[in-house]
Amino acid sequence: MAAVRTSSEVAFNRIAIAAVLIATLIFLAPIYWIASTAFKPKELAVSVPPTVLFEPEVTPFVRLFTKRVQMQKTVDPQAYEAAPWWEKRIYDGGERVLKVGKDVQLSQYPDRFMNSLIVAVISTVLAVGMGTFTAYGFSRFKIAGEADLLFFILSTRMLPPVVVAIPMFLMYRAVGLNDSHIGLIILYVAFNLSFSVWLMKGFMDEIPKEYEEAALVDGYTRMQAFFKIVLPEAATGIAATAVFCFITAWNEYAFALIMTNRRAQTAPPFIPSQIGSGLPDWTTIAAGTFLFLLPVAIFTFLLRNHLLRGVTFGAIRK
Amino acid sequence: MTQIELRGIEKFFGAVQVIHNLNLAIADNEFIVLLGQSGCGKTTTLRAIAGLETIDQGDILIDGKAVQHLRAADRDIAMVFQSFSLYPHMTVFENIAFPLRATRMSSGEVDKSVREIARVLRITDLLDKKPSALSGGDMQRVAIGRALVRRPKAMLMDEPIGALDAKLREEMRAEIKRLHIKQGSTTIYVTHDQIEAMSLADRIVIMHEGFIQQVGTPDEVYSHPANLFVAQFVGSPVMNVAEASVADEAGAASVTLGGAPKGFEFPRALLSKLNGHATNGGLTLGIRPEGVLVRHDAAPGYMPVEAQIIEPLGSFDIVDLKVGSKMLRARTKAGYVSGPGEKVHARLDPEQAHFFDTASGKSLGVRL
Repeated sequence: MAAVRTSSEVAFNRIAIAAVLIATLIFLAPIYWIASTAFKPKELAVSVPPTVLFEPEVTPFVRLFTKRVQMQKTVDPQAYEAAPWWEKRIYDGGERVLKVGKDVQLSQYPDRFMNSLIVAVISTVLAVGMGTFTAYGFSRFKIAGEADLLFFILSTRMLPPVVVAIPMFLMYRAVGLNDSHIGLIILYVAFNLSFSVWLMKGFMDEIPKEYEEAALVDGYTRMQAFFKIVLPEAATGIAATAVFCFITAWNEYAFALIMTNRRAQTAPPFIPSQIGSGLPDWTTIAAGTFLFLLPVAIFTFLLRNHLLRGVTFGAIRK
Repeated sequence: MTQIELRGIEKFFGAVQVIHNLNLAIADNEFIVLLGQSGCGKTTTLRAIAGLETIDQGDILIDGKAVQHLRAADRDIAMVFQSFSLYPHMTVFENIAFPLRATRMSSGEVDKSVREIARVLRITDLLDKKPSALSGGDMQRVAIGRALVRRPKAMLMDEPIGALDAKLREEMRAEIKRLHIKQGSTTIYVTHDQIEAMSLADRIVIMHEGFIQQVGTPDEVYSHPANLFVAQFVGSPVMNVAEASVADEAGAASVTLGGAPKGFEFPRALLSKLNGHATNGGLTLGIRPEGVLVRHDAAPGYMPVEAQIIEPLGSFDIVDLKVGSKMLRARTKAGYVSGPGEKVHARLDPEQAHFFDTASGKSLGVRL
């Protein structure tokens, strides 16, 4: 559809496009900074003025994944020659990789990253799954006090979560849930559930009841109709809800910081803890942050079609 | 062989009673149309038979077996919805196969059945498409195919062609009739369109505010409406209805409408048949536009009247004639009355006149 536009509308359009471009640049700048720092030689990370053009290297990632110590004396040339390429990079920086026998000691980053993945994926699956069933119930059945119940579910989001952090910490410690995956998962499901119920309720309401009724008449039980008809129809909504829940759980910092310290610690509290004392190793931190950004970016990219439809879903009356 | 019987069905939505003591027996292979305005309870009745709505009172019997406590899935009934309700994420083939998959039929047999029904409905070339790629008429065919494919005991249709445009509606009407004759299954069809009802039904059930008004063949409900509601609901253009008074005048009955100075002439037998109803008042005359006879020149029994509005409808005109304070709509040949204000002569055909009790609206059953 190409409607007629006046010259002032065309001008306005150009200004709007320019504004959007500028905003996009502003939003992308930190991401560019993180990505570029992750590949910078250490000494260029803090150079003033900032270095824009440089030869990218993966040394920050090698440092990210290995346990290292500062070397007191220079490296033995024979050992240097025998070392694989990545170990040479560490030697070049005046450090050596810690080993037990021949095995390279990995840093804590892979574990923390894995913790993030476990907690975010499981809590997202649970929150979206429970939210979908709950929303279906609210959408399709007459429930006494439906409006009150829905409001109650929403009200759990009205309190800033960090307000309850200390009581939660004490409770968790009392029942032994602190520093455990399951503890964080329960917490994140609790955060996300109200959001998931409300979002999915909107999507469920959009799915015509006739589809299920047709399935009921076609010889299916309500449960079968739910799985065969409602779920595929709700895929868009489920994808959109999942992305939002995943992002919340993946990025959560405050509770992860308070509730975990070792075994179940996720990446968000871990990465800043590596700044440490003395001169921070910004390139290694940037490498960790850069890798941390990837799952959300990939997840969102994969679901982008669903997401776009999900965001505008229900905006147009059929 | 499927008979359906509804016995004393009552249904409430909260405090509102939407179906009142509904009794109906439907014979095997019969095409029944439930006809009425929206909110008359026809769709609720259909959904109750399907098992999508519970009833508060009464029995639904399919082949003599009470099914009101059975789930929809266990009633072996198929339904076509107004919105077609084709599953958007499945192809046409999968849509039609869906009811068969519930029966754990072998995939070879499913394939055979689907292709057979697709051939009957002439949609074989659409089997790989998704519903979103279909036209309204094709969606309709697929929906009917999905309903017919497992040879259900009965077929329920809820305004199945209501969402189509006028031309397609006419086509699909004929197609539904053709299919019914060919496949032969007990069918209950809900519509608010009386033309659809007349053209499809073996018997029409006319409903109003949760009550059955009349059950009969299309000819019966058209020619012998049981009450004023049926009289005005069935037939297009709508039947003329006017309060009337009848007098004995020089050996004939004279029926006066709308306080006109002169009455229309009717055979004297009307007086005895009305049996005093005429003199007590409260009499309503109904006559379809084709029962109002119009001619240019004066003739015995014809009354001079003035034409007010002329609606040309192509094959015929509808002419509004002023009789006293009432307008009487007459059906004439196209162009017979040249324009508003023209003086013509009109007569009411006694054989096409209906008489109703004004208070109750019930037909007095008077035929001349």
